Amino acid sequence: MNAAPTAVYSPRSLATALAVLADRAPVTVLAGGTDLMVELRTGRTQVASVLDLWGVEELRFVRAEAGGVRIGALTTITELRRQPSLGAWPLLAACAADFAAEQIRNRATVGGSLGTASPAADLGPVLWALDAVVRLRSRDGVRDLPIPAFLLGYRRTARRADELIESVWLPGRLPTERGAFVKVGTRDAQSIAKVVVALVASRDAGSGQVTAVRAAAGSVAERTVELASLQELVGRRPDAAALLAVSRVAASRDCAPIDDVRSSAVYRRHALQRVVCDMLTSTLEVPLEDG
Amino acid sequence: MAFVGAFTRRPDADAKVRGAARYVADLDVPDAWLGGTVRADVARGRLVRIDRDPGFDFTRVVVVTAADIPGRNVVALITDDQPLLAQDAIEHHGEPIALVAAPDRATLLAALAALRPVIAARTPCFDMEASAVVWKRIAIDRGDVDAVWAKAHRVVEGTFHTGSQEQMYIEPQGCVAWPPDRHGVVVVRGSLQCPYYVQKALMAALDLPAERARVVACTVGGGFGGKEDYPSVIACHAALLARAAGRPVKLLFDRHEDLAVTPKRHPCRVWHRTAVAADGTLLAMDIDVRMDGGAYTTLSPVVLSRGVLHATGPYRCANVRVRGAVVATNHVPYGAFRGFGAPQTCFAVERQMDRIATELGMHPVALRRHNALAPGDRTATGQLLDDSVAAHAVLDAVVAETGCARMPWRTQKRGRRRRGFGVSLFWHGAGFTGSGETKLKSRVAAAVLADGRVEVAAAATEIGQGTEAMLRAIAADSLGCGAADVALTEPDTGRAPDSGPTVASRTCMIVGGLVAQACRQLRDRVGGDEARPFRDRAAAFVRDGGDGRVEVEYHAPPGIVWDEANYRGDAYPVYGYGADVVEVEVDVATFAVKVLRFCTAIDVGRAIQPGLVRGQIEGGSLQALGFGHLEVVTTQAGRLRQDRMATCIIPTAVDAPPMRVLLVERPFQHGPFGAKGVGEMPADGGAPALAAAIEDAIGIAVDAVPATPERLLAAWLQTHPEEAL
Amino acid sequence: MIDLRFRVNGEWRSVRVPPLARLLDVLREHLALTGTKEGCGEGECGACTVLVDGAPVNSCLVPACQVADRDVVTIEGAGHESIQEAFADCGGVQCGICTPGMILATRACLAEWTARGEPCTEAGLRRALAGNLCRCTGYGGIIAAALRAHGGAT
Repeated sequence: MNAAPTAVYSPRSLATALAVLADRAPVTVLAGGTDLMVELRTGRTQVASVLDLWGVEELRFVRAEAGGVRIGALTTITELRRQPSLGAWPLLAACAADFAAEQIRNRATVGGSLGTASPAADLGPVLWALDAVVRLRSRDGVRDLPIPAFLLGYRRTARRADELIESVWLPGRLPTERGAFVKVGTRDAQSIAKVVVALVASRDAGSGQVTAVRAAAGSVAERTVELASLQELVGRRPDAAALLAVSRVAASRDCAPIDDVRSSAVYRRHALQRVVCDMLTSTLEVPLEDG
Repeated sequence: MAFVGAFTRRPDADAKVRGAARYVADLDVPDAWLGGTVRADVARGRLVRIDRDPGFDFTRVVVVTAADIPGRNVVALITDDQPLLAQDAIEHHGEPIALVAAPDRATLLAALAALRPVIAARTPCFDMEASAVVWKRIAIDRGDVDAVWAKAHRVVEGTFHTGSQEQMYIEPQGCVAWPPDRHGVVVVRGSLQCPYYVQKALMAALDLPAERARVVACTVGGGFGGKEDYPSVIACHAALLARAAGRPVKLLFDRHEDLAVTPKRHPCRVWHRTAVAADGTLLAMDIDVRMDGGAYTTLSPVVLSRGVLHATGPYRCANVRVRGAVVATNHVPYGAFRGFGAPQTCFAVERQMDRIATELGMHPVALRRHNALAPGDRTATGQLLDDSVAAHAVLDAVVAETGCARMPWRTQKRGRRRRGFGVSLFWHGAGFTGSGETKLKSRVAAAVLADGRVEVAAAATEIGQGTEAMLRAIAADSLGCGAADVALTEPDTGRAPDSGPTVASRTCMIVGGLVAQACRQLRDRVGGDEARPFRDRAAAFVRDGGDGRVEVEYHAPPGIVWDEANYRGDAYPVYGYGADVVEVEVDVATFAVKVLRFCTAIDVGRAIQPGLVRGQIEGGSLQALGFGHLEVVTTQAGRLRQDRMATCIIPTAVDAPPMRVLLVERPFQHGPFGAKGVGEMPADGGAPALAAAIEDAIGIAVDAVPATPERLLAAWLQTHPEEAL
Repeated sequence: MIDLRFRVNGEWRSVRVPPLARLLDVLREHLALTGTKEGCGEGECGACTVLVDGAPVNSCLVPACQVADRDVVTIEGAGHESIQEAFADCGGVQCGICTPGMILATRACLAEWTARGEPCTEAGLRRALAGNLCRCTGYGGIIAAALRAHGGAT
């Protein structure tokens, strides 16, 4: 237990970092340390060697690209909240505002959150709902994976041992879209999600038909999951009863919550259903039925 | 009076805001080794042997087992049934089996992993209702309840549950021990509330006379009862290791270990049956209290005692029957936590009062006002209340502040976010229960130093509550000198007499009372013209050969009589009173509870340091609100489920509501400057008022706390089955 | 082991430590700066808060290798007397174990709001300090102290 790693590499360039990954495997990647430092201290995770990315400035950026934005892996949660260039993706700031506490937000990174792939991560559902694409880079080149293809299971991703999460690309948003982010935590601040949902939806101004809806949830399955049942709203003009019905279907079919130390499966399903129904109602501007 | 009742800066503040205060983990101890504990990984069993991994070089470390204890293998407290190190029987998860000291953390962890206890598991008991082993039973009888039921207007029954709760002082527990010095004296410094408790335990474990067991309390990073009894275990373990290693040993828990093995609030079930008249008069109260004591006796008998003595609430009732039992299970022993049994029984009786109000169609404020204890009334033990009775005063104060007496109770609310309010009325006996103080015979000394300052020696510890500022103000005003002319000794058994443990809301009333008494005697002895500064007169007095040292001992106020065998008489010298009003908003989508407003009125007799008293009330109240809905402590197979701070949550600044604190001062004739106690009382009223507010908001009975969203949903689905998925 | 060079409370310091040593341990054990406290060791309580390049972080989660050449401020070098004075006078201190971290977190948020021209509100303070747990005060005294310190600063 608790043995110190044999080697810690702290490269200053991406190329060196990729070389370490290629030549020194197995290497555990360290970003802001908010997860790994706890794992190491408690002895839950043992590592042979560590690649410390903190000094790789090339991974710290936010820039416009291909009609969207590309966010470097070392971008912190605080930067998600503060970067004016991310103003077109308000879900990011909404998520960041509720993310852990200030001390953690200053250290936790986008890449670290993705790489850890906790099922309770707040950022997973947001990136999923925003159709994010993860860019993995190795010495051999890059791979671009949409979030659903990247997040594979409980703390498991599609990243190969020789790859780094380099960045995430988010497509630009349409003016008709509305988004919502809701986290049901264990307390009002600095909490871990019991249920977390991000949702983006739009409807045609003329016909009133739903043109698109994308929602994903965390803490309700072994990984972030899409609420795929909501797709049946597309092309319809749902009323409040329809939203209630579809949210019940989503809460039944699209998740597989468990009882754990933070909450119960029954509660998670219930909260998910109520939260999703509410989010659909507000984003699609469906009038509430009396009662 | 210059200092009592005034706002003064607490003397420990300057060091604390600069990071200069030294807590146990901050002590620079050259050559110290680190200690650790090998623990049982089952809840019940028999220790067969302890295997040693041959791959580890044990000459690098020191190992201590039960066989190495020179004295008695017990944690000396009330009943000596708890071993310091398991010898044969394992009674709870995490029970200590062996100790290791090593020069560094990595070696320590390796050694701990290389010691492998072999335990034959036995069937544990985790159900307190099924437990046949009783640590303590208590019965209180007044009048004849059975003669009342038939003629009552209504008979109301209810069963109420309260969960465990973690003290969550932010500084984990720990001690440093030194090996015997050349005089054979063993010194322990630690994060602890009760130096003389620890001394008693050390004497038993190491077979030492009192003068060779010296215990000093460091600056303590919060206690709340959690550092009342358990530091005895850590101190003895550290001292055993230091003795074996021949060098100082630091035994400092990390948060995980602290959560896993230190005592928490007793889980409790209370059953009530109450006979009421049509006008709301309480005619008979029949109450059954059962607490889970865990694997060893520890402090459970006294926790139960305070619990049953507060079980009727501050209400007048001619016929009372209280039955209490605290039973054995294979849980980690439960122990002291602010309130000490009273928050549990207070929750039950306050929810029962709300239930009665609902049955009678009475407003909960009106029902309480109608039955609240008044001067001339007697308690369930027959104690006549004739001095400093403030039940009506505190209730009136919160009613005037919030207007809650005019708010409709349990009307149907609509919408997703529903508001409600709840009220609680409570009391708390100041000082030890029954004859505890008389048996304890607390002592305090005051002595004039050569420069005319007065050194006050007491073993009361500063655990954040403000002991130093409070005792200094009492001493200064009793002497007629400046606060800077008073010095306080460290809480050190080598220097301060035994003024008793820092528990039970007793430090101000009992220890403060002794300080006042000693200082008044000293003032009289020094005499002279009081127009001259005391310091000058005192310096001259000792220079001229006067005896400038006074030591006083506690005697119960005249007329205080307690019959321990029959639980009759004056259970406490006096009670403090409190009333809370909580307003909440409950989201019926997520069942998240937001406390919007909190108002509390607390009668402390006299606020010696009003700023500190407010701090005690606000902090204690937030703990009570946490107990009510946020703080979950549960076990699985005897093992704590919330074993990290990430899961064992307490309120943040966002969860805490704005608080309105109303100080009510009904002086107690036998308290120093009229003061009673304040420490525990705020822990009593928050949870029932919060539960009542939730009930008012969403119309479902809240008979158990913590009222988590999961629990509220389950109750909601009982009455709204159409919402089930 | 690495030779770590970083600035602590305005002074450049060099220590030889394991690269993944916790900044908390480097400060407490190698530099004897024991004002930084450990409450949980997992980034929950905030008692170990220090400022790295002005931003509050949990020093129990920061590996030594990541503060090379950085600027670290602990309570011993916190300066800003008005905040400490306000904590001492407004009931912001009881047992004191959360106090160093609380003061540094307060200092960081007040500085940031001042720099951004954002108002200092009670709700904002409660959010900004949510990563610093206090079990003694109920937070009322702490919020009052922070508001007073802000008032005094402007």
